[in-house]
Amino acid sequence: MYRYDEFDERFVRERVAQFTDQVARRLDGSLTEDEFKPLRLKNGVYLQLHAYMLRIAIPYGTLNSRQLRQLALIGEKYDRGYGHFTTRQNLQFNWPKLRDVPEILGLLADVEMHCIQTSGNCIRNVTADHFAGVARDEIEDPRPTAELIRQWSSAHPEFSYLPRKFKIAVTGAEADRAVIKAHDIGLRLRRHPDTHETCYEISVGGGLGRTPMIGKVVRDYLPKQDLLAYLEAIMRVYNLEGRRDNKYKARVKILVHEIGAEEFTRRVEAEFALLDGPSINADPEEVARIAAYFAPPRYDVLPAVSNTLEAAKASNPAFARWVEVNTTPHKIPGYTALTISLKPQGQAPGDATSEQMRAVADLAERYSFDELRVTHAQNLVLPHVRQRDLYVIWQQLGEAGLATANVGLVTDIISCPGLDYCALATARSIPIAQAIQSRFADEARQREIGPLGIKISGCINACGHHHVGHIGILGLEKRGIESYQITLGGDATENAAIGEILGPGLAAEEVPDAIERIVGVYLAARSEGESFIDNVRRIGLAPFKAAFQETARAAA
Amino acid sequence: MSAAAKRVPLPAILLANDLLDGDVVFATADGAGALAWTRDPAAALVAADDAAAARLEGFAAAALAGNRVVDAYLVDVALESGRPVPRHFRERFKTLGPSNRPDLGKQAGDGIASAPKG
Repeated sequence: MYRYDEFDERFVRERVAQFTDQVARRLDGSLTEDEFKPLRLKNGVYLQLHAYMLRIAIPYGTLNSRQLRQLALIGEKYDRGYGHFTTRQNLQFNWPKLRDVPEILGLLADVEMHCIQTSGNCIRNVTADHFAGVARDEIEDPRPTAELIRQWSSAHPEFSYLPRKFKIAVTGAEADRAVIKAHDIGLRLRRHPDTHETCYEISVGGGLGRTPMIGKVVRDYLPKQDLLAYLEAIMRVYNLEGRRDNKYKARVKILVHEIGAEEFTRRVEAEFALLDGPSINADPEEVARIAAYFAPPRYDVLPAVSNTLEAAKASNPAFARWVEVNTTPHKIPGYTALTISLKPQGQAPGDATSEQMRAVADLAERYSFDELRVTHAQNLVLPHVRQRDLYVIWQQLGEAGLATANVGLVTDIISCPGLDYCALATARSIPIAQAIQSRFADEARQREIGPLGIKISGCINACGHHHVGHIGILGLEKRGIESYQITLGGDATENAAIGEILGPGLAAEEVPDAIERIVGVYLAARSEGESFIDNVRRIGLAPFKAAFQETARAAA
Repeated sequence: MSAAAKRVPLPAILLANDLLDGDVVFATADGAGALAWTRDPAAALVAADDAAAARLEGFAAAALAGNRVVDAYLVDVALESGRPVPRHFRERFKTLGPSNRPDLGKQAGDGIASAPKG
């Protein structure tokens, strides 16, 4: 993985010193809250309901064991012994004290981490496919691109005061596991059909929030060397023409929608033609230097099928089920990519204790070339595990309470922190996720239902990606009580779609029944091997709406 | 807190976040009757009339200007067994802590033993 050079190191250390001084000036009264707030936000410090919150950037979701151990230490020493992994592959601490933040930033800098650009109207942490470098359907590893964009966008003077926040995601695979179509810019590495060169397909104007939009393709095949100049052209058009008069219309998706994708593309191409590409695009030597950090680890030569694994599966059905649900084929024979579910029954989705972080760090160091990933679905991944080591890993994860076999199933719910923590939330999310997990606790039933993504947001800002959930749940306030709006048919993959509202909002206690009825329609109507989302597409919303309305009527 | 802003219905309490720690704090009356901050919601001073609410607003403005607290505002409450309970669920969570973690926040007694400070 990428290691800081002396410029990265100096930049981060200087920022720690700057913010330390800014906190001191806030505490002695030299800075008012109005002056300090944008400064703290630029360093990831929010004020939430019960306390401050610190959001730590995990670039494209890649961590090593030393970094995860440092996060565990910070959680234990300065927080309440746990952290929350987010849909931007970041980590949030919910209880830090402002007086401690400079020290925490120093500890992060010690392991090449920071909180820069995890908030504010700038280019945020770049996200990527969590199976980068590993997936069998991958054309090229997206991490060198993500790292290049991280370096280019960090403290970029022209793009530090954008009309609104700006999110970029990259995938190098055919299957989209990075939700690129719901990003301000989504990049997909693909081969040109004639030249067979690797190029970028570039989508702009996707996003969730109060006005959900699927990104529009503005370039089918951009030569790789032109990436930064093309991104700069997009950012310039947005920076000049994005609306600054209305916060709710300030994202690039509104600009693309208002002037149309064709006109937006025309303006970007015109800007691109004016730019001096060679002075903006990265030096090929620098690109090669970055790419070298992501060279594959030294894999062993192994048989494609491990007899050790097969024997363990044969003698232990629970282990076999976990392997079936939580592992993903690896491009190298004898290896697998293991997803560690952070969705055990009764826990807040995405939360991990310091002890659990240490347990995972130990496993990453010993069994996965010291590497791990954070997924946008709020789970962790050991990307390079020998199949023969899975049984030992499973046992150790079990001791840490991390051996839940539910990845991609109905209880693997994405959930924002909601009103249990967040100052912006209009309703709680976590208890809704827990109630659904409890209703569908039976593991055999979960497998019987098959892949089903439920995503929950506690407000219209949609941090929980509810719009692209197969079943989406949005928490709102309705006449002084929490009310939940259910959507159906959303999709976060290459078949990206925004879900449609099924009917009137429900009270919290009615939500599990509603989900049950929706699942019931699917189970009754599905054909052999048909997944939930495929079934919704085939039979349409009407039967689900009818079943949903029974819930609404029963509750009335 | 803008004087022009419409005041919440009374009775009301004043809450804020401590600048240094971020903890939720409440305006209370100390032994001598002067206003101070406490971390204990049960000890929050309840303003039942306009004069008492105006006094809390004045205290909030001074504490904000004096860099003691942030995000100070009045919250309308009901009195349940003599204790003020916010009428809105958002502020009820603020006086309790995360509902999924009864071991954390004020519901777990976080900081409540500490003496009021002014």
